[in-house]
Amino acid sequence: MSDPVTPNPWSQWRSATPARLALGRAGAGMPTDETLRFGWAHAMARDAIHAALDVDALEATLNAQQWGTMRARSRAGDRTTYLRRPDLGRQLDPDDAERMRNGAKGGCEVCLVIGDGLSSLAVARHAAPLLAALRSQLPADTRFSPVVIATQARVALADEVGELFGAALSVMLIGERPGLSSPDSLGIYLTHSPKRGRHDAERNCISNVRPEGLPCEAAAFKLAWLMREAQQRGLTGVGLKDESDLAVLGQSDAARPGVAP
Amino acid sequence: MRYSATIAGQVFTFDDLKQVMAFASPARSGDYLAGVGAATAQQRMAARHVLAETPLKQFLSEALIPYESDNITRLIIDSHDAQAFAPVSHLTVGDFRNWLLSEQATTEALTALAPGLTPEMVAAVSKLMRNQDLVSVAKKCSVVTRFRNTIGLPGHLSVRLQPNHPTDDLRGVAASTLDGLLYGAGDAVIGLNPASDSMPVLGRLLHMLDEVIQRFEIPTQSCVLTHVTNTLKLAEAGAPVDLVFQSIAGTEKANLSFGVTLELLDDAYAAALALKRGTVGDNVMYFETGQGSALSANANFGVDQQTCEVRAYALARRYKPLLINTVVGFIGPEYLYDGKQIIRAGLEDHCCGKLLGLPLGCDICYTNHAEADQDDMDNLLVLLGTAGINFIMGIPGADDVMLNYQSTSFHDALFLRQTLGLKRAPEFQAWLQRMQITDAAGQLAPPSANRLLADMSGLTALAP
Repeated sequence: MSDPVTPNPWSQWRSATPARLALGRAGAGMPTDETLRFGWAHAMARDAIHAALDVDALEATLNAQQWGTMRARSRAGDRTTYLRRPDLGRQLDPDDAERMRNGAKGGCEVCLVIGDGLSSLAVARHAAPLLAALRSQLPADTRFSPVVIATQARVALADEVGELFGAALSVMLIGERPGLSSPDSLGIYLTHSPKRGRHDAERNCISNVRPEGLPCEAAAFKLAWLMREAQQRGLTGVGLKDESDLAVLGQSDAARPGVAP
Repeated sequence: MRYSATIAGQVFTFDDLKQVMAFASPARSGDYLAGVGAATAQQRMAARHVLAETPLKQFLSEALIPYESDNITRLIIDSHDAQAFAPVSHLTVGDFRNWLLSEQATTEALTALAPGLTPEMVAAVSKLMRNQDLVSVAKKCSVVTRFRNTIGLPGHLSVRLQPNHPTDDLRGVAASTLDGLLYGAGDAVIGLNPASDSMPVLGRLLHMLDEVIQRFEIPTQSCVLTHVTNTLKLAEAGAPVDLVFQSIAGTEKANLSFGVTLELLDDAYAAALALKRGTVGDNVMYFETGQGSALSANANFGVDQQTCEVRAYALARRYKPLLINTVVGFIGPEYLYDGKQIIRAGLEDHCCGKLLGLPLGCDICYTNHAEADQDDMDNLLVLLGTAGINFIMGIPGADDVMLNYQSTSFHDALFLRQTLGLKRAPEFQAWLQRMQITDAAGQLAPPSANRLLADMSGLTALAP
């Protein structure tokens, strides 16, 4: 019996792209091996979205790195609410906001927030290494807030946290919407003078932080560059162009080989 | 104007037609996010009762978004063709549904009626339709467009080949393009979403796609999907622009958030026509839309998301586009929560667009945070194929590695053709046969070292 799967003779092109090409076919359909590969990738992405962040573990890791931590929740009580109501994910739970108001004394330069976002996997894997890399890039006397670990969080939650801490800058590390080939991408959002009501054009974003995308060291370099510029110029967002790019772009591209899907 | 219905002794009242429309919509996360969804299932049905008894004419006098404050409303009202509307002008929305389903609503009658319909009338009647009604009415509509080939003929299905790459690497884009062409996809357009906004990068991509089309004499068109102002600059600089692309929405304010005005689109349309790059027709525009975009721009004015979407088609209609693509599940679960909502929205968009005379295609897709999977895509694929959709997406393995979402694959298009007996654009099919990619019946030929495969590496654009 001949092989029912028709192979594609252009598989050498696969190295040019992470796209799922030259898969072959079983009739009009996908061969079984690809159906399983795709299904596995989807399972990883789904689990990344629905897996709750292990806050205890993250806190332990951060404490071992000498960071103080604080926990917070958004007003979105559970994952289902979080997915349907982005507005609630942008606001602190009132009790947590009160606790933070009482805990914040005298302001700080940099308010650090880690939000689970759409991939707690990204946060679990890359948040602590990124913060470690960031600290080594910033002056030793930088005054940080405790690292706020926020669950069911959207990006703008850091505005409220930053406002409560009276911070000059807020840095939000958050799990990005996972794709099939990237279930663990971390996004970084930098906002000058964070306060409720800031909009997205007032932030700078560094995305796709993961070993296969923009590695932590390179991301921390970029972030530190943006933080210095933001402090000097007194702004973030569309008015602050990322000119650290030339320095790190080569690195980021080199970190993107033609990964087999 | 207030509306009310008494059902089983219960009185339901509604503030205005806008509220009737919103409450009559099937449950949808975006309408709840906007605070305009019905509170109860009975309230939803009461709104449908009211809507069924509302005369179609009412939509010409009670604007959901005021004429004075929105230029899409003005466009809709000012371009309304009363003569074309005449055959149905005496009907209520409920009667209109019956008429659409009846034998009287032939393909010819529907084609003639299209300029007489407003998006609100079409959205209203779709709210009274079940999924099967949306399929059967759309199936009777025929919208044929042409640039370098003929798209939308009954019994045909085209595919947009989407060769995206996370860093716009030319060789990576070429690889996905080759994959698609060898699977017989790409007759709607070879359309790339660039990761970059840089003009030199966009120019290189346009030149490469053009070189592929020229070198292999493919009767199709290319498009690099970037903001219309970028495309205009590229065209002025002599880049080979076939189609002019833009994302559009259903209110003036939402379009402004996309950086788009009517004047800008008018200019873009004129510029695209002046390029005269089409060979068999002059449909030169490509639009993308999707439910939820008006709300996400905070520009929905209390109008439900489906009606906002259909209003975007009224804007598209002005420019006789080659293709219009509703990217149905892209925006996320806060607008369309799960497979059920995505499937319903895809059928609504397709049917409503076709009734307005537009060449609707659908990016049958979902993100990983929606409650959906490839089975839901298969369901919508078969439904839209049956409903006579003009085109669907073709993406290697259905996984877009740049935009991080899942859509339909080249294989899915093969499956649909095989299962429903759908053909490719005739000019493109003849080319595939000439290239020995398919046989005379349109079936993929056994893979061999054909010219396309051998010559793709030799593109000038790929030279180091």
